[in-house]
Amino acid sequence: MIHTRGLRRTFTTRHATVEAVKGVDLDIAEGEIFGFLGPNGAGKTTTLRMLSTLLPPTGGTATVAGADLLREPAKVRLHIGYVSQVGSSFAELTGRMELEMQGRIYGMSKAHARSRAAELLTSLEIDDAADRATKTYSGGQKRRLDVGIGLMHRPQLLFLDEPTTGLDPQSRARMWEEVRKLRRAGTTVFLTTHYLEEADALCDRVAIIDHGRIVSEGTPDELKRQVAGDVIVIGVDGAAAQVLQLLQAQSFVREANLEDGSLRLCVDRGETAMPQILRLFDNAGIELGSLSLHRPSLDDVFLQQTGRSLRDAA
Amino acid sequence: MKVLRDTWLVFERYLTVLLRNPAWMIIGVLQPVLYLVLFAPLLKSLASTRGFPAGGAYNVFVPGLLIQLGLFGASGVGFGLIAELRAGVIERFRVTPVSRFALLLGRAMRDILTLLVQSLVLLLLSIAFGLQPTVPGVIIMLALVALIGLGMSSLAYTAALALKNEDSYAPLVFTLSLPLLLLSGVLLPLSLAPDWLQHVAQANPLSYAVTAARDLFNGHGGDPDVAKGLAVMSGIALVGVLVGARSFNRAIA
Repeated sequence: MIHTRGLRRTFTTRHATVEAVKGVDLDIAEGEIFGFLGPNGAGKTTTLRMLSTLLPPTGGTATVAGADLLREPAKVRLHIGYVSQVGSSFAELTGRMELEMQGRIYGMSKAHARSRAAELLTSLEIDDAADRATKTYSGGQKRRLDVGIGLMHRPQLLFLDEPTTGLDPQSRARMWEEVRKLRRAGTTVFLTTHYLEEADALCDRVAIIDHGRIVSEGTPDELKRQVAGDVIVIGVDGAAAQVLQLLQAQSFVREANLEDGSLRLCVDRGETAMPQILRLFDNAGIELGSLSLHRPSLDDVFLQQTGRSLRDAA
Repeated sequence: MKVLRDTWLVFERYLTVLLRNPAWMIIGVLQPVLYLVLFAPLLKSLASTRGFPAGGAYNVFVPGLLIQLGLFGASGVGFGLIAELRAGVIERFRVTPVSRFALLLGRAMRDILTLLVQSLVLLLLSIAFGLQPTVPGVIIMLALVALIGLGMSSLAYTAALALKNEDSYAPLVFTLSLPLLLLSGVLLPLSLAPDWLQHVAQANPLSYAVTAARDLFNGHGGDPDVAKGLAVMSGIALVGVLVGARSFNRAIA
C-alpha cells in the first residue's frame, strides 16, 4: 500500500536548511495498521504530509495506494483519506453537511452522499450532533467527525495524524475502537502518535523515527524483544539457591539472578518460558510462591535506540 | 464538466455558510444604506454647484455607492478563507481531487450573488429616496458590480492565502481600500476635484467604473465611458481570476 525509498524533505528558511526527514524507507502492506512513533519534531508529521500529497518530497521515491506519489499525486488522492491533527470541519456548518459535501467532491450523487453520511454518523455515534453546527461539538465528537470526513469515500488507505492528541481518556478509548473497526474492514491505516500505549495497543507494526530517520521498525512485540527480552519474577519460599541453579541450567533462560528473595529471569519470550518454568517446578517438586511476567515497553525501545526517554523528548 | 460541478458544490457550500449566518449580508449593506440616509441628503444642496454632474443628487451618488458596496463587500471575503485555513478545512480539500479553480470560482460566485442581492436592496431603497433609474441601466449596473465582485474577491482570496492571518490581512484591506475609494469619486464627483487629483484618479480602475455607473443612471447608457468602465472592470476581473487561480493552485497544490 505504501512503499518508499530514501524519502526526504528539507526545509529552507532564510537562515538555515533543515533536514526534517533524512531518507525514509517504508513498506506497508494492505490491511496493516502502521504506527509512526516519535517525539514532536522527529519528522512524523512531515513524512505523513508527504505521503498524503500535501508536501512534495525533496528526494526519494514513493508509491502510495498504487500510484507514484511524485508523478501522479492526483491519482493517489482518489484512494486516500486524511485526518489532520488540526481538524477539518468548518465551525458554522453541521457535521452532516460536511460529510455530504466531502462525498460529493469524490463524485457521489446527492442520494449516495446522503446515505453514506447517515451510515457514518451512526457508526461514529455522532447522530445526535449531526445537524448541529460543529462549533458545538465536544473534542471527541469533532475528532470522530474528522475521521468520518476522511472515510467518506471509502479510501483504501487512511492517514491519521495524532488521532488522540488532546482527547480525554474516554474519547481516546472510543477512537481506538474506531481504528480497530477499520482494521476489521480491511482499511490500511497509517497513523502517527507520540503515545507508546497507543502504538502498542493499535498497531500491527511500528516504526520509531527520531531526528528524521527511522531508528527501529517491527511489530511492537519484536521491538520490545529487541531491548532485552522479557523479565520473569519468581517468588520461592525456600531453597532459592537450589532453584537458581536449576534455572540457570535451562537453555531458554538468558540470565538469572536472586534479588531480595525473588528470582529474576531474563528470557527471550516470556509467554513460552512461563509454562516451561511451571513444568520444571512440577517435575522437581518445588513449591512455587508467585510467578509474574514483565514486558519492556516501547519506551524502553525508544530509550535504547535514542538514549532518551520518549516522555522526556515529547 | 468536473470544474463546473465542483464550482457548483463549492458555491453551494459557501452559500449555506452565508445563509446560516445572514448577519454579514446585512452588515455589508448597512454601510451604504447609512451613506444613503445620512450623507446623500447633504448633496442635495450641492447639486446646483458648478462642476457637479447633472441628474440630481441621488442619480449621481447612488451609482457610486453601488461601486463602493462592490469594493468593500468583496475585499472582506478573505476573512472567511483565513478562518477556514485555521480550521484545517483548506488542507482537507487539498487531499481531495476537488478542482482548485473551483475552490476560487465557487467562492467568488457566492460573493457576486451576495453583492447583487445587496445592490438590489440598496437600489429599492434609493428609489424610495428619489433615484430614477432605467431598467437597462440597472441591468448593466449589476453586471458592473458583478465584475468588480469577481475581480476584487479573487484578489482578496489571493491576499488571504498569502498572508494566512487576520492581523496582516485586515490592515492591508483597509490601507488599500480607502485610497481606492477616495480616488474613485464615489463620495463626491471628481469633476469637483483639482486637476492633479483628477490625474491621479485616472490611475484608479474604480474611477472608470464610477463614471460608467453615473452615465448609466443618467440616461447616457450609450456613452463610450460605459463601455470603457465595463472593459476596465472586465480586465480587473480577468487579472483577479488568473492571479487567484494561480495562488489557489500553488497554495493548494
